[in-house]
Amino acid sequence: MHIRISHETRYIYDTPPKGVIQTLRLTPRNHDGQYVTHWRIGVSADCRLDRQEDAFGNISHAFTADGPFDELVVTVEGDVETRDTGGLVRDAIERFPPALFLRETPLTTADEAIRTLAQAARAQAPDNDLKVLHALLNSLNETMTFDNNPTQTSTTAAESFALKRGVCQDLTHIFVAAARSINIPARYIGGYYQRNDLIDQDAGHAWAEAYVPDLGWVAFDPTHGVCPTESHIRVAAALDYLGAAPVRGTRYGGGGEALGVTIRIEQAAMQSQN
Amino acid sequence: MSVAFDEMTLPDGSVRPAYSGLKEWLGSLPPDILDLRRREAEVIFRRTGITFAVYGEADAAERLIPFDVLPRIISKMEWETLRRGLEQRVRTINAYIKDIYGRRDILRAGIVPEDLIFQNPVFRPEMNGQKVPHDIYVHVAGIDVVRVDADTFYVLEDNARTPSGVSYMLENREIMMRLFPELFSRHRVAPVEHYADELLATLKSVAPLTSSADPVVVLLSPGIYNSAYYEHSFLADKLGIELVEGRDLLIKGEVVYMRTTEGLKRVDVIYRRIDDDFLDPLAFRPDSALGVPGLMAAYQAGNVTLSNAVGTGIADDKAVYSYMPEITKFYLGEEPILKNVPTWRCREPEHLKYVLDHLDELVVKEVHGSGGYGMPIGPRADKATIATFRAKVKSNPRNFIAQPTLALSTCPTCVDEGIAPRHVDLRPFVLTGSDKIRIVPGGLTRVALQKGSLVVNSSQGGGTKDTWVLDT
Amino acid sequence: MLSRTADNLYWLARYVERAEYLARILEATQRLTALPLAYVGTSNEWASAVATAGCASAFFARFDEANEENVTHFLAFSADNPSSIRSCFESARTNARAVRTALTVEMWDAINGAWLELKRYGNGPASREEMMRFLRWVQETSMLFDGSAYRTMLRNDAYWFSRLGVFVERADNTARILDVKFHLLLPEEEHVGGPLDYFQWSAILRSVSALTAYHWVYRDSLKPWLVADLLILNKQMPRSLSSCYSNLVSFLDDIASAYGRQGPTQRHARNVHTRLENSKIDGLFQSGLHEFITGFLADNNHLNTMVNEQYLN
Repeated sequence: MHIRISHETRYIYDTPPKGVIQTLRLTPRNHDGQYVTHWRIGVSADCRLDRQEDAFGNISHAFTADGPFDELVVTVEGDVETRDTGGLVRDAIERFPPALFLRETPLTTADEAIRTLAQAARAQAPDNDLKVLHALLNSLNETMTFDNNPTQTSTTAAESFALKRGVCQDLTHIFVAAARSINIPARYIGGYYQRNDLIDQDAGHAWAEAYVPDLGWVAFDPTHGVCPTESHIRVAAALDYLGAAPVRGTRYGGGGEALGVTIRIEQAAMQSQN
Repeated sequence: MSVAFDEMTLPDGSVRPAYSGLKEWLGSLPPDILDLRRREAEVIFRRTGITFAVYGEADAAERLIPFDVLPRIISKMEWETLRRGLEQRVRTINAYIKDIYGRRDILRAGIVPEDLIFQNPVFRPEMNGQKVPHDIYVHVAGIDVVRVDADTFYVLEDNARTPSGVSYMLENREIMMRLFPELFSRHRVAPVEHYADELLATLKSVAPLTSSADPVVVLLSPGIYNSAYYEHSFLADKLGIELVEGRDLLIKGEVVYMRTTEGLKRVDVIYRRIDDDFLDPLAFRPDSALGVPGLMAAYQAGNVTLSNAVGTGIADDKAVYSYMPEITKFYLGEEPILKNVPTWRCREPEHLKYVLDHLDELVVKEVHGSGGYGMPIGPRADKATIATFRAKVKSNPRNFIAQPTLALSTCPTCVDEGIAPRHVDLRPFVLTGSDKIRIVPGGLTRVALQKGSLVVNSSQGGGTKDTWVLDT
Repeated sequence: MLSRTADNLYWLARYVERAEYLARILEATQRLTALPLAYVGTSNEWASAVATAGCASAFFARFDEANEENVTHFLAFSADNPSSIRSCFESARTNARAVRTALTVEMWDAINGAWLELKRYGNGPASREEMMRFLRWVQETSMLFDGSAYRTMLRNDAYWFSRLGVFVERADNTARILDVKFHLLLPEEEHVGGPLDYFQWSAILRSVSALTAYHWVYRDSLKPWLVADLLILNKQMPRSLSSCYSNLVSFLDDIASAYGRQGPTQRHARNVHTRLENSKIDGLFQSGLHEFITGFLADNNHLNTMVNEQYLN
């Protein structure tokens, strides 16, 4: 599938800041099933975008922009060709052995409830990690309600699981925490999700990958209860949301910040007929 | 427990040579003079403001660490062995960290288990493949050493992150020279006062390649509420460098600047006394107000040297400690000069069995604890405590190591009932620059002031002593 | 030097200066209210003290009425009032601790000693006598600190920023007391020359330690325009606005020449200074004393902002 993405993050300030510093993880890389044909990042203020590769092999850009300005816009535009690989993630950039992804982080610490959930999944297929992970995927999809009200970016897996509510980030954290608690390496993936019923979206997507011996990394999308397909565009992998966050930044001075995110994701073929 | 080795007096009552001058001098003193000097010292310390904050005590924000006026004395030969051992230890540590964040040969060789590294919170993925100037990660190390007999020094703990205490080493010497000029004239004591110069030379030697010929060095402190703030301001003053907080620094185009009254000024080397977690809210803890947003990106771009490097905790972690003898052999092909305390790793079944069978005679330590907190001293614990601990160790053996109770050496110490032996340890400071390793002779001697106590931590009532290395 | 260090030195000096001023206001008010009513009129001197200290709105948010007890406590010991003497000394010491190495031992001893001593006073003295001793002590502490700085500091930017703090604060205090009492200085008020005014004016002069100076300079009885002249335009008077700005200009020039660069701060301070130099007291009264002082307070605040922007941020 040929997918076209444009993603705009706009900050509007009541009091203009003196400067802004940000780290962006907004650039996808290629792997089996995903090929980036064109990608561009722009920042509305004058600045230099320094490109780096982070610990997990994600491409990051850092910039510092001198104010004052009333608004700051980060735009991303690109085209990606995808192919369904049945959830298998092959030839992605790997900087660490899978064992690293057994580490707990503050956002993905398993509490008693999450451990119980994981053990119930393990009990369904004691010797088959793939089946365990599918069981986990299904039970999360059943017990959790998608709701963007009660949680924020700093909500932990345990907090969201206690509420039985959350967004894709929360569901992914719970999945990752549960898998790690039964000794299955798991990681957080930030990216985009193309939907036929909704071209304009207001947030990116997140899902998980878990390591299964003999198969390698396999992707699971607990929000939709499926293994990712050609509709998923994988941008950044990390231990949790913080490591894969599309934007981390801070500003010097200024105030009254309003943030608006618009994301347009569509199949490019639909446009090319004109 | 065996009888502790006393550094002054042998069991037969004879005095060891290094201490003969002190013994003679003590005999010549009029009564009460030590007590008088002790009080004088306290007045001076309070005036200069040497204080230490103790966590968890409400109104103890600025408490003095007790200072003992009797010096701890090390002979030239003893020091020579220590010095070589410390150099070897720190060379090992640097080679090991470089490997862990680089080729990982030691993991492939199966000497250190992988999970001990990759699942350890002090392992920083961000440092993977990261080049640091001259391959030096630990520029300032504090190696805690204890002595058990005339010939044996053990390394008790390596401190490869932000070791503190050096200000006490320097201030203790200053105050001793003021209080006891006569005692100094009877000895040839190797000086320590050039530590600040040595530290500055070390820090400048590891400046990034892009910095100017005279690199700008700053000391980054968490601020006045930090327990070691006195030391930070003391060192900045002695080094003649700016004492900065996170808010004084900012990043532009991956270069670090400090805000001065004359505008922005580039910073090349940061001697940081802030933990990794708090360095950069964009890379680590997002709620850190102590750090500098974007600092890691500047560091990774090679535009600034952090001293010590990020992620050095992987070398001083208690779980890794027990492998240090093998690590030394692996990188240097040498036998360790300074021994490790014999250590049982509960992660290994035979070790675990031994530990569980001998809980009442061992010191069991959590591998991620620090200071003296939550560290039971086996032989002193009651039955209930031991039972609780047994359950804890069994439920998660990987999280524990065990060591025999060491009979730390004792030194004569001024206490309420007069002069009596008290247990001591020693923290020498090892500086590693691109040109050489520097160690000023001596270090910080910590002393357990309670009779029989082995706990020397200042947070639990330990005191300090001046440490003399004799030059003849 | 680090901007934050300069900022700490600047505010350290400001807080010490402010503590002294508060002590002087309290002392003068205490004195004024001790007089029989016939000499001072029925105005509420305690309310006036709060206004002179610049914290009327904070005060009346907590109290309905100003009296000796609550005003003394609020201005001297309240932990809720960020501008009480106690808060000033505490803030001063926090600033001092942050820049320990930039201070001389004498300065540190002065401020650290004051902070330790303050603890002895707890929540305030029990008697008026003790209160008077306390207020004296505050003024002595300020002088000890100021004198230590003057006699022991290297004459470099650390000294200059600390002096800027002293004079910006001092100019603000002098202007503020004039502003609160300005109606008394208006010559067209009918009771000019009455005994009422005499004690009010002498109280103003005491608040800025200028009563003796007045007699030396003018060799005349207390006259409103001379009081104003002394506090605004007289160059010999260390607390006059003119004298403060003459100092500010000179220290800002020192900074500019050391750094080899001048900026908007220097220009602004010179403009204010020139305006003061070119003014005559008659002219100020004609065009409105209140307007003049309001304008001056704004200018002085603006200088603070500019020092901040050019050097301390």
